[in-house]
Amino acid sequence: MQKPPPALPGPGSSNEPRPPPTILGRGNAEGAKLVRRWFEDLDATAKAGGSAAYVFVMGSFAEVLRCFDLPIVLPEINSIQTAVRHVAHEYLNEAEDYGYSPDICGYVKADVAVQLRRGEHPMGRIPRPALAVLTNACNTYVKWAEIWERMHGTRVFTLDIPGTRAADRKSPPGSRSFENDRRYVEGQIRELIALCEEITGKRFDIDRLRRHMGWSNEMNEAWSRILELNRGRPSVFSALTDGTIYLGVSNALRASGAGARDFRELAEELTLKRAQGIGTVTEEKYRLIFVGVPCYPIFRRFNELFTEWGGSFVCSTYLWFASGGANRGFRFDLDRPIESLAEGSLLSVRDAMDSMFLNDRVTEEMIEEFGIDGVVYHPIKSCRTVSTGLADGRRALMERKDVATLFLESDMMDRRVVSEAQMKNRADAFFEGLAARRQREAAAAGG
Amino acid sequence: MAYAAGVDVGSTQTKAIVIDEAGRIVGRALTDTGANVIAAAQEAFGIALRDGKVREEEVEYVIGTGYGRYKVTFGNAQVTEISCHARGAVHMFPKTRTVLDMGGQDTKAIRVGTHGEIGDFCMNDKCAAGTGRFLGAASSALEIPLGDLGPTALRAERAVKISTTCTVFAESEILSWLGKGRKVEDILLGVHQSIASRSIGLLRRVGIEPEVTFTGGVAKNVGMIRTLEQALGMKLNVSPDSHYIGALGAALFSLDHIRASRAPARAGGKA
Repeated sequence: MQKPPPALPGPGSSNEPRPPPTILGRGNAEGAKLVRRWFEDLDATAKAGGSAAYVFVMGSFAEVLRCFDLPIVLPEINSIQTAVRHVAHEYLNEAEDYGYSPDICGYVKADVAVQLRRGEHPMGRIPRPALAVLTNACNTYVKWAEIWERMHGTRVFTLDIPGTRAADRKSPPGSRSFENDRRYVEGQIRELIALCEEITGKRFDIDRLRRHMGWSNEMNEAWSRILELNRGRPSVFSALTDGTIYLGVSNALRASGAGARDFRELAEELTLKRAQGIGTVTEEKYRLIFVGVPCYPIFRRFNELFTEWGGSFVCSTYLWFASGGANRGFRFDLDRPIESLAEGSLLSVRDAMDSMFLNDRVTEEMIEEFGIDGVVYHPIKSCRTVSTGLADGRRALMERKDVATLFLESDMMDRRVVSEAQMKNRADAFFEGLAARRQREAAAAGG
Repeated sequence: MAYAAGVDVGSTQTKAIVIDEAGRIVGRALTDTGANVIAAAQEAFGIALRDGKVREEEVEYVIGTGYGRYKVTFGNAQVTEISCHARGAVHMFPKTRTVLDMGGQDTKAIRVGTHGEIGDFCMNDKCAAGTGRFLGAASSALEIPLGDLGPTALRAERAVKISTTCTVFAESEILSWLGKGRKVEDILLGVHQSIASRSIGLLRRVGIEPEVTFTGGVAKNVGMIRTLEQALGMKLNVSPDSHYIGALGAALFSLDHIRASRAPARAGGKA
């Protein structure tokens, strides 16, 4: 049984006390600090000759891995870091010089270069993978892990998570089909536990699993609350920029006490912002949904293309699938932890996959619920998993809903295919269209 | 008499239009953009003023459009060429619902509403295949002036298939067809068909709703008009002023501004 999100406080009057300065901005600052510390710990592990478990954002099973004190590396985040620090091209070129095609996923290529450089990374040294845990949520994960297997002899464990078979054909919890799927995932988790015992030489402790799952519960609950807070006007965080910082913590510190505390405090800060009516942009004129993966090579500038017009991203499918479906706020039952971990993973990873492949339905719901003016689709050259189907999804949405949309193509890693001038031109035209639409609506309302 | 103007600074050419209060074109100019974008905008504006026998101080509002719109330093505002082509096309052909604009580096497909407002749009990305530049490559490879490409293509008997999607590689593909002894006319028709095919792909993404108006510099090419019409199975609206439609749209937005600023303020409302 999922806990409903708490009722949202409305904007308060100006007479209410302002939040203390230590709270405002704390989420981003603390989040950045936690991610930096995580990298420092990885650096220390690597320098001591240690290894790590490599996992991915769509189903990391961190709850299990932490029971064995396995340091967690998220190669997708490593790659993003090279892009936002404007060195991705060095890594991509190195992988391409090694023989990887320009058409291959930029995340994979940046990671290949990290491995070729023996873990050298802008955030410190990255330990080698002793174990890779992945799901089928992204087909590239499977081929990516094979690279580590070849390079380092890494043990690879792939969890096959049954997804939604077709649009509107989800098997509901409690149904026979769902129970079959859940048991299938549970069996795989038990195999993963056995593999972790073998690799680390440590015995599995189910109470420890309960503790880590409890922290994930806190994080999941806070995450779904945070996402709900942007229903209010003005939006209290940018689903594009702030949201990406939150995602970093959500993935790097999942199933940890520090992560749970950070998300609790973040929810507290954003609730306060909501109560005080403090928005994320100076003047929120247009409320937008972002569909896809951000443009990391020009991360800030990309966002400015929209904020310059008073556009604010209030929701993003990225915050759903790149949190592994944590947005569902699933609450694990700690009385039957492995069974519940299977159920939560099945629901969350399935949701993450649907956020990529069947996003038009949820996007349509969001338009009403969040008072959306426009939807921005950002397909990226080097990620087929997320980008394939965005054009169809957009078309399907536009057939059902009279909503302005923008289709903006670039990449999440490779600046060679990011043309800022072209993107600005399209964004400007999109807002010109939104402004004209608003004028027409105002004229129609006025008589 | 007050006038409004639009200056469209494109990647290859700069266009300027001056219109009167009734929206009639009184002056126009077309110059090469070159390296000095600011100077190109000033030059085009100056020529359009002289063409219309209009003094600069008589022009109340100027809007810059095109990639160099922020370099129209004497302008009052900027509007994207996507909005301007939509507006200009509907002004020229009021039943326009779809616009195909083919310029030097850009091809745009725009779905428009009854007042020229944008419904949806789509452009070529990262690559100049399917744009005027593709024809430029053919012109240089075949040593035929740009203006003769269309009429030459129309004399073709059996078009070759140009398979490359890259403007640079297109030159070598053209040369290889020449090496195989194919006629220049057939090769050129293949080039036109290749560009048309990519443009129609963009049109399909926004939805093709008649009437379709073809704008931009490439709309002066009769071979391209005919190839597109055959592929689409419909007649296209093409104006002799197709080059200027972006600048015209900008001038019309300028005129909107002039009219709005003169409108009497409503009680309790803004002017």
